[in-house]
Amino acid sequence: MFRRLIRPLIRRRAFAFMAVATVFLASRCAPRTSDVSKANASDVAAAAQKVYVPPGEMDEYYMFSSGGHSGQVYVYGLPSMRHISTIPVFTPYPATGYGFDDETKKMLGGLTWGDVHHPSLSETNGDYDGRWLFVNEMNGRVARIDLRDFKTKQIFGPVPNVSGNHGSAFVTPNSEYTMMASRFSVPLPKGTYVPIDRYATDYKGVLAGIKIDPESGEMSLGWEILTPPFDWDLGDAGKKVSDGWMFWSSYNTERATGKLEVTASQRDRDYIAAVDWRAAAKAAAEGKGDMIGGVRVIDPKKVPGLMYLIPCGKSPHGVDVTPDGRFIIGSGKLQGVTTAFNFEKIQTAIKNKDFSGEEDGIPVLKYESVKEAEVPVGLGPLHTQFGPNGMAYTSLFVDSAVASWKIGEWQVIDKIPVAYAIGHLTAAEGDTVSPDGQYLVALNKLSHGRHLSVGPSQPEASQLIDISQEKLKLLADAFTEPEPHYAQILKTDKIKPIEVYPKEENKHPLAVWDLKSAGVTRQGNRVTVKMVAVRSTFTPASFEVFEGDTVTIAVTNIEQTTDELHGFGLLDYNTNIVIDPGETKTITFTAKKGVYPYYCTNFCSALHQEMQGYFIVKPR
Amino acid sequence: MSTFSERSTRFLHCPIGLLPRVLLMTAAGAMFVVYFLPLWNLTMFAPQYPHGLRLDIYDHGLVGGNGGQDVKEINVLNHYIGMRDLTAEDFTEFNWMPFALGAVGLLFLRAAVLGTVKEMVDAAVTLAYVGAFSLWSFGFRLYHYGHDLAPEAPVKVDPFMPPMFGYQKIANFEVYSYPRTGSYVLAGVIALLGWAMIKAWRDRAKPVL
Repeated sequence: MFRRLIRPLIRRRAFAFMAVATVFLASRCAPRTSDVSKANASDVAAAAQKVYVPPGEMDEYYMFSSGGHSGQVYVYGLPSMRHISTIPVFTPYPATGYGFDDETKKMLGGLTWGDVHHPSLSETNGDYDGRWLFVNEMNGRVARIDLRDFKTKQIFGPVPNVSGNHGSAFVTPNSEYTMMASRFSVPLPKGTYVPIDRYATDYKGVLAGIKIDPESGEMSLGWEILTPPFDWDLGDAGKKVSDGWMFWSSYNTERATGKLEVTASQRDRDYIAAVDWRAAAKAAAEGKGDMIGGVRVIDPKKVPGLMYLIPCGKSPHGVDVTPDGRFIIGSGKLQGVTTAFNFEKIQTAIKNKDFSGEEDGIPVLKYESVKEAEVPVGLGPLHTQFGPNGMAYTSLFVDSAVASWKIGEWQVIDKIPVAYAIGHLTAAEGDTVSPDGQYLVALNKLSHGRHLSVGPSQPEASQLIDISQEKLKLLADAFTEPEPHYAQILKTDKIKPIEVYPKEENKHPLAVWDLKSAGVTRQGNRVTVKMVAVRSTFTPASFEVFEGDTVTIAVTNIEQTTDELHGFGLLDYNTNIVIDPGETKTITFTAKKGVYPYYCTNFCSALHQEMQGYFIVKPR
Repeated sequence: MSTFSERSTRFLHCPIGLLPRVLLMTAAGAMFVVYFLPLWNLTMFAPQYPHGLRLDIYDHGLVGGNGGQDVKEINVLNHYIGMRDLTAEDFTEFNWMPFALGAVGLLFLRAAVLGTVKEMVDAAVTLAYVGAFSLWSFGFRLYHYGHDLAPEAPVKVDPFMPPMFGYQKIANFEVYSYPRTGSYVLAGVIALLGWAMIKAWRDRAKPVL
């Protein structure tokens, strides 16, 4: 009886409870955005003041950002994060006529793209000296940009045997060498056929030192070292106490093929190579090594003391030497710590032959003997940059954050989320012997719509972070063209670029400086046109040649005034060159029948529209 | 009672004292220094030339600011309004002015050495003539540059007189024209000469020997 009365009541209560629980659960849901990924400036007004550069005033720093597979270098001003100019390097760039005139076309050597990764400013005593900027690219080349005029002056390569030049262009502390390294080992010499199942034994990697002429900056091949088929990844030259050594990280020391994301991630530790580059130079000078692909390549097992391997977990990416040169920071991208190796301990281990094994005759140092500390920075550590007073900053790809920590204390001090998926990071002069602190830029791989929508092809994101205090603060977002890998930040007082080419320096054989000397000369079917460009006329304003003639037009911009550039666009010939004040550029092509207008493409003056002429080709 | 002309003749033959001679020597030296100093300066500002275009006029030539570039720039701009190029060859002044000023310097030296009022007056008259002629010729040049405009010039402007002294707005340019150190030294020379004259006048009755 009682039960009969109570049962419906219980049932009713159960229903009520379930209803309440359902409502409660329904009211709980995931937030619309993640707190972690917001990564906004904490104090907007303070951040705005730090990055605002009023009109007419100038930034404190230059940032030279690699343009990745765009093949270019982008110049930014810091702290405004404004993109100031683009330096074309490996890709034609009609905006400055690069790759269209005879000289730069020849320099590009028929290749129309490159994959720029690691800018490396020239150094004196381990500090930026503001002379040149070296940049590598994956097709085995290194280029030199002269910071006197921000122009690409030399493209060196493709260098024989180097395959997938990623571990580059890291210069040594007195710019003795810029380095190259194979990321994708191949059978050598290039062009040799070896099936993939003999990868572990018959495919070879190469590490190379490219000599830099101390006066002219001209590059030439210094030496090459033959290595096992590891994937050489990044590098940094030792400095101060560790000067004379070069460090390169590697992955796939498993020597695996196929699905590398699995097969190359099996070992707990891969290697950082330590190369005594002075010993390499000496061995090369003594003629050691075998001729491969037309150059001499040193086998490290035949030159003891040349190269050692330092175990570093796990699939290390960045390897960065501290400003005092005492520690080498290796970041295993598949673990939660970054590892500091002690250079002194490395030297002791080498002296005591404290080895744990060898790889193709190259000694492997014992990890425990050379390790100083493992810093628990967070997930996916990639690269480390430095500030003054022993500060270090490590990018964390998986965490999408930057961690700050102190050399010697090896403990994380602060962490700041970035948007999103950071690759490299760069601090103001943060890879030199005397970092400036103050600013750090997170070079993020993904921007995920933090900008006005521009469709599926999205830019990357570079974020300016204030590192002047212990607490890291996000200051500004900038959206960068694909794709910044590494970048370097240079104090503006280190360079003083010219703004016109002085007339006295123009030694071009076809240069003309007065209108009377301009004109057309013919030798057989070769026609040379010496042309003057000055506001607002091309002289000659028209000229005739015969169909089939080989025509060279040399345009001299006789202006000596800042920003008085003239362009020379020749319609229907796929040609546009831009001639800076005081410069002479040539184009050479075969004349085809007809009449073709040429005109000034780079706005010059009030009568810029009138700056035009006709190229007239008579039938034979 | 002697006539005015007798008195003036007597004064002209008065020997001058040590101070006027020193003043004349100094003035002579200054005349040679003027060669190295700009006499006049023209500076032009426009929105696209925030640092200005500068032109210094010496007794022997034109020197543009920014390592000489400014003269070329002024010429490039002037060709749009049909003005002739400013070239040193056009100015015959640059050929004779250093010698004229040098001659005046020599006259000062002569007066200091020969030491009578007469030589001093020679120098003063020559200086006045050279100075006045130079100023007139400067004005004449400016007038011609501003008025002798090519009729086929792409941009038509009314003939104009660039400022000889002070500020003037010409089209989009603010033009400033002022004397520079060389002219101030010349003014100093005139002052020294005046001082020497007054001193000689006051000393006219005193027997020198």
